[in-house]
Amino acid sequence: MPHQLSIFAENKPGKIEKITGIIAEGQINIRAVTISDAGDYGIIKLLVDNPERGFELLKSENIAVNLKEIIAVKIEDKIGGLHEISKVLRENNINVNDSYGFITEPKKEAVFIFQVADPIHAENILKKEGFSLLSDRELYLI
Amino acid sequence: MFNSSIEQIPRQELEALQLDRLKKALEAAQRTPFYKKQFSDNNIDVSKINSLSDLKKLPFTTKSDLRVSYPDGMCAVDRNVIVRMHASSGTTGKSTVIFYTRKDIEEWSSLVARGLYSSGIRSEDVFQNMMGYGLFTGGLGLHYGAEKLGCMIIPSATGNSLKQIQLIQDFKTTAVHITPSYALHLADVINGEGINPADLGIRRAVLGAEPYSEATRDKIQDIYGLKAYNNYGLSEMNGPGVAFECEELGGMHIWEDFYIPEIINPETGENLPDGETGELVITHINREAMPIFRYRTRDLTRIIPEPCRCGRTHKRIDRMKGRTDDMLIISGVNIFPSQIESVLMNIPEVGNNYQIVVDRENNLDKIHIKVELYSKMFHGDIKELDSLRKNITDLLKSTIIVTPKIELLEPGSLPPSTGKAVRVIDNRKI
Repeated sequence: MPHQLSIFAENKPGKIEKITGIIAEGQINIRAVTISDAGDYGIIKLLVDNPERGFELLKSENIAVNLKEIIAVKIEDKIGGLHEISKVLRENNINVNDSYGFITEPKKEAVFIFQVADPIHAENILKKEGFSLLSDRELYLI
Repeated sequence: MFNSSIEQIPRQELEALQLDRLKKALEAAQRTPFYKKQFSDNNIDVSKINSLSDLKKLPFTTKSDLRVSYPDGMCAVDRNVIVRMHASSGTTGKSTVIFYTRKDIEEWSSLVARGLYSSGIRSEDVFQNMMGYGLFTGGLGLHYGAEKLGCMIIPSATGNSLKQIQLIQDFKTTAVHITPSYALHLADVINGEGINPADLGIRRAVLGAEPYSEATRDKIQDIYGLKAYNNYGLSEMNGPGVAFECEELGGMHIWEDFYIPEIINPETGENLPDGETGELVITHINREAMPIFRYRTRDLTRIIPEPCRCGRTHKRIDRMKGRTDDMLIISGVNIFPSQIESVLMNIPEVGNNYQIVVDRENNLDKIHIKVELYSKMFHGDIKELDSLRKNITDLLKSTIIVTPKIELLEPGSLPPSTGKAVRVIDNRKI
């Protein structure tokens, strides 16, 4: 299952720079970034091509970091593309905690990435419903 | 005067009364496990204390002695004659507890009444007591004193400014007991309601529970068009009512028929002559339930040597100049940084470094506590961080009474605990 880095950061100038600096120095490539903000602080989420290495590097710099399992699903880049999968999630009573998406091939393919409480359960359901899930290797090499 | 025979007692008679009461208090203290041990450990023979200057032979009593004696190691009477206890919050969950017999409560009330009268409060006054009621002595202590004096008391307690204003208007409050910072804040709220505070008809304010400057007093007097008087007290010495400012405004008379004040050099423990500034040490010579000898208040002041024009013979102490320890007074509540530290260090998600920042915003004290997140306890979940912050706030609030604002910081962002880490930053201008 793929992972992303969740990093605790204060909501102040220069905090992202510090983290991206460590990541760049470690020759790690960022595939996607999101920030959830809770006022004074937030969580920076990085999808990178080598999350384990990124995790170790950040940890060694005394940064509060965690590797989180994520689900990455291929969806069609068309009207209603996201709606198809959200319908399945609702039918199976799966709650999405945090998500983002990006286009991999314009007008053809996009990836929907999200976190859930029970990723294995969600993966099994999505596979059964015929969705194509990206492995960690596939995802990191996009 | 409320009781002119005692308030104007000639010094010689006063000192004879003090010695007599001191001896009785020493006698009673032998019944307490704490003093029994303290006297025997220090080879003190109480029968050899025959003059007031012999008081110096006794060891000091400190706040930590009170904590160690929790809950009743300093109590000199049977539990069934105690009618009340008060407590101040303590570190590591232990409070300092004070006990009172019925006589103690009545006499404390008389002392407060005596002080209120000296500050110009009369039985005709409608007295709104805007202090915390509960274990804290400030609310109930003044309450009983004002009642004894014959005032109509409004036990409005703290907070809820709009309700306070309504009570002032509806019941025509003429005197208030209030912290200086809240008096200034309340004035802003009153102005915000389109009312001039000076039109409310409050004529006297008894200010206490926190340090403040002459400039603040002037400001409060101007805004409300009232006269404001200082008072001093601490729970170990009953609570409020230890010393009150009379209408001559030249310092606070400490009621020497109950308290023997000394000023010491806080470093050496040596007594300093009247007029010199040092740490105030007080002996309570007239409390049945709990005599306390040479209590180190940690407050810095001086004894004013000159007699007061008001005719009272009891010595005056000056406005408090500061503390010899790190105690913080936040909205009238006493807080030690160690209390905050012990709460924080019991929370696994919190790292080892923290910082306490105190500010005064719109005349209200604000306490911010900056804590570092412990990196190993971070699970990448923002909801978990929000509930952690709430949990820290709740735990601290239950210990220090006031509600702190918690800031979660990245690991390593505060100065390390080794060396001279600045743990407390007090930005208030007193």
